[in-house]
Amino acid sequence: MKAIRTIGIAAAATLAAGVANAQISDDVVRIGVLSDMSSLYADIGGPGSVAAARMAVEDSGIEKNGIKVEVIGADHQNKPDVGASVARQWYDVEKVDVILDTPNSAVALAVNQVTREKNKVFINSGAASSDLTGKQCSPNTVHWTYDTWMLANGTGSAIVKTGGDTWFFLTSDYAFGHALERDTEAVVVKNGGKVLGKVRHPLNTQDFSSFLLQAQASKAKIIGLANAGGDTINSIKQAAEFGIVQAGQNLAGLLVFLSDVHSLGLKTAQGLILTESWYWDLNDQTRAFAKKFAPKNGGKYPTMVQAGVYAGTLHYLKAVQALKSDTDGSKVVAKMKETPTDDPLFGKGTIRQDGRKVHPAYLFEVKKPNESKGPYDYYKVRATIPADQAFRPVDQGQCSLVKG
Amino acid sequence: MATAAYSIGAPAKQTSPTHQYVAFGIMAGFFAIAPFIGIYPVFMMKVLCFALFACAFNLLIGYVGLLSFGHAMFLGTAGYISAHSAKVWGFPTELAILTATATAASLGLVTGCLAIRRQGIYFAMITLALAQMIFFFYLQAPFTGGEDGIQAVPRGKLLGVFDLENDMIMYYFVLAIFLAGFLLIYRTIHSPFGQVLKAIRENEPRAISLGYKTDHYKLMAFVLSGALSGLAGGTKAIVFQLASLTDANWPMSGEVVLMTLLGGLGTVFGPVVGAFTIVAMQNYLAQFGAWVTVVQGAIFVVCVLLFRRGIIGELSKLINRPL
Amino acid sequence: MFELLGIPPQALFGQLLLGLINGAFYALLSLGLAVIFGLLNIINFAHGAQYMMGAFVAWMLLNYLNVGYWWALLLAPIVVGITGVIIERTMLKHLYKLDHLYGLLLTFGLALIIEGLFRNYYGSSGQPYQIPAELTGGRNLGFMFLPNYRAWIVVSSLAICLVTWYVIERTKLGSYLRAATENATLVRAFGVNVPRMITLTYGFGVGLAALAGVLAAPVQNVSPQMGSSLIIIVFAVVVIGGMGSIMGSILTGFGLGVIEGLTKVFYPEASNTVIFIIMAIVLLIKPAGLFGRAT
Repeated sequence: MKAIRTIGIAAAATLAAGVANAQISDDVVRIGVLSDMSSLYADIGGPGSVAAARMAVEDSGIEKNGIKVEVIGADHQNKPDVGASVARQWYDVEKVDVILDTPNSAVALAVNQVTREKNKVFINSGAASSDLTGKQCSPNTVHWTYDTWMLANGTGSAIVKTGGDTWFFLTSDYAFGHALERDTEAVVVKNGGKVLGKVRHPLNTQDFSSFLLQAQASKAKIIGLANAGGDTINSIKQAAEFGIVQAGQNLAGLLVFLSDVHSLGLKTAQGLILTESWYWDLNDQTRAFAKKFAPKNGGKYPTMVQAGVYAGTLHYLKAVQALKSDTDGSKVVAKMKETPTDDPLFGKGTIRQDGRKVHPAYLFEVKKPNESKGPYDYYKVRATIPADQAFRPVDQGQCSLVKG
Repeated sequence: MATAAYSIGAPAKQTSPTHQYVAFGIMAGFFAIAPFIGIYPVFMMKVLCFALFACAFNLLIGYVGLLSFGHAMFLGTAGYISAHSAKVWGFPTELAILTATATAASLGLVTGCLAIRRQGIYFAMITLALAQMIFFFYLQAPFTGGEDGIQAVPRGKLLGVFDLENDMIMYYFVLAIFLAGFLLIYRTIHSPFGQVLKAIRENEPRAISLGYKTDHYKLMAFVLSGALSGLAGGTKAIVFQLASLTDANWPMSGEVVLMTLLGGLGTVFGPVVGAFTIVAMQNYLAQFGAWVTVVQGAIFVVCVLLFRRGIIGELSKLINRPL
Repeated sequence: MFELLGIPPQALFGQLLLGLINGAFYALLSLGLAVIFGLLNIINFAHGAQYMMGAFVAWMLLNYLNVGYWWALLLAPIVVGITGVIIERTMLKHLYKLDHLYGLLLTFGLALIIEGLFRNYYGSSGQPYQIPAELTGGRNLGFMFLPNYRAWIVVSSLAICLVTWYVIERTKLGSYLRAATENATLVRAFGVNVPRMITLTYGFGVGLAALAGVLAAPVQNVSPQMGSSLIIIVFAVVVIGGMGSIMGSILTGFGLGVIEGLTKVFYPEASNTVIFIIMAIVLLIKPAGLFGRAT
């Protein structure tokens, strides 16, 4: 399913001369969706994100007001250098004004840098790194949807409060895994829980039996999966094989998406506890969105990342319309922060000084096969974390934009 | 045992190299004016870095007959050292790149001592194993930033004066580095040292019987190849202002093989053409996702079956002169 | 109870058993590679992709044709084996007179094509595939819970490995194959159709990879990348065991599985690297591998 527009040939363009400030650059607002179109995150963001951005442009009605908008997409292949190159080329040559999505924290951080240099806008929906609104925060970046702090806090504290007070961590041995483990451990301990042990596995491990055995032996009530993608899927699949959940321990997925649950199937994934900030079946508006979205995305229902792309695009276009200009990235972002957000997917919310979009988070549990009444009907809500508690307090992130 | 299968690009006799000077002129001229004819400078810088990488790799396979499947370790190591020294230790850009090159050379010395002892498929496998070990080290070492890589590397100022944040200035700096490396390789190939390397490739026992300590020569070639790969990697980290795991991972080793194969193993200009083609293809097919992988695989297959001489190799055969 | 380096013996036995199970899997996977290299001198880099195809064909059989696991065990290797035969007939046979490394480059390219096509068509997240009903559950061995499916993996891998080894080393057909590697012309002079034997051998090796894929499908994520993570490890196994030796790769597969298992207990972060360290050491001391014949 290719909903991707082709990027024009770069060789022909010359660098533009300065553009007047109170105008739309080039007379077109160009939106670039930079995502992983072909590997690990393709189902989480990917072509679906491009479709989401397009839907947002349509729904915003901005073209009726005479402002032209164009949406293009590209694949960063999960490589920071490819991502940074495409971002540079987009900004310098193709005159893209805003970049969206970008799952994969390494790529996101690189694009964050380039965007600040070129004074454009970056609305990240797919990446997890809380550094985007922390040490690497930028006046040109908005971080929508989720981050590691939200995941750790949501899953960690909510589970401990509902009785899961002894933990064993299965951690992917690289920076992201360590960060997730560290943040979750801090939350568990703060809420009175205990960490009975942890084991680090290499990235892209195929066989988890040995690590799961250690987790079983620890007799911890909760096995926290501080890993992502294929590693998480393999851990869960093999945990089912070893009867871990039947024997009484519960798995907590620290980074799990709807598409992962779809790959696993309910029989294997049932009982898994996870935190997401959006689900298609939360209310009538989200359901309506999903029904419109699925046919544009090969029948796959939207993930929270794709929802974030939609909502972020809507809010961006609102700001551009209000300013009647898209040329100065930091001004557009400032306008986005000034204006409270209100979209059909995330409802009412705000964007903080550090670029963090705040909205409630939800603790979900994966349904049993007989509880599911239709395609993608996978989650039931176990708890709702209100917006002011879901994300790291604005003064704790070491962001230079936060005053006082 | 490595056979003479890679001698395809070897000249039958050493004719006057005027045509090579002409080719060099065309290449240097094209690169010099590229930004002015509208080609995006950052794209060209990527081409130049990979062209240098491929030329360095070609030194080993084309002229010594050793296929290394682990060259990514040099690119990656140099990238990390260059990025780290520029960002954290505050080295000026030239020093950062030099440090990176020196580190890659030392790595070449250590790994070379281990790898040189074997040949053919075993050599390839050892280099792969060593590169993988180094990759896993980088995956876990805190200084590399793991999956995040080292970000926000400063471009710095050339000689303390010229601001390298300006893409055009940076471009000519990178071009200068590339030409220097290229000329160094060219001199090496056409020197007595290079002749001994070719003798080793053609018939090692004979070279030994003539009194040459072939292991030393092979090791020196390996170190040189590693050092120049490091030069490419160190420069690339400054150009893109980041160093990531991608450069140290084994698919990268596969890519440089592809570039050299496509351009022409054992030819002088082949790796440059190969690198240009592959980087351009990756760039313009980026929006087509996994098709890039498929196309690269198809190029491999087609080259091996039908096109073993590569682009420059075929051209060279056409004009009946070594290129 | 005493503890060995902080690990109680019960846990240790459990890990050893798991290591053995993984080893059986590695042995099966490297068997195909060893057969292909040992008999044909081809380095089949596409082995990982063919393993992945085996798993995918099993999934396709289930999803599109409603054919279950047991039939897939038979059909998937045949289907993938046929693609192997096609590859050999159209592409590989032109490379026999050249250096082995061209074979490696060709199969490397094929691996990229296969993986890219599957990723394009099926995405990367993976497809669900369940353990067949007859093999679910497990039994408590006292020191660990052993899933029935894992026991099945060990038993079937061992059986297939031994049968293959027997056929190649102890039967007439096997001896023809081995003779043909050493001197094809002479064997042809005896009236044996050598090219056909070589084609079928490649197909058989590929089929073995696919079979390993079907065995893996219920317990690993069936995704286009599943082969590329494993191919490097399998190479290491074959290189350590000796590239021409069937029994060598079987024993090395089991051995490395156990070593990897122990590493996962005492120093899990290094469990990926330990195989390469051993490979580098073996290559330096005994390049033909632990059981290999010097070429």
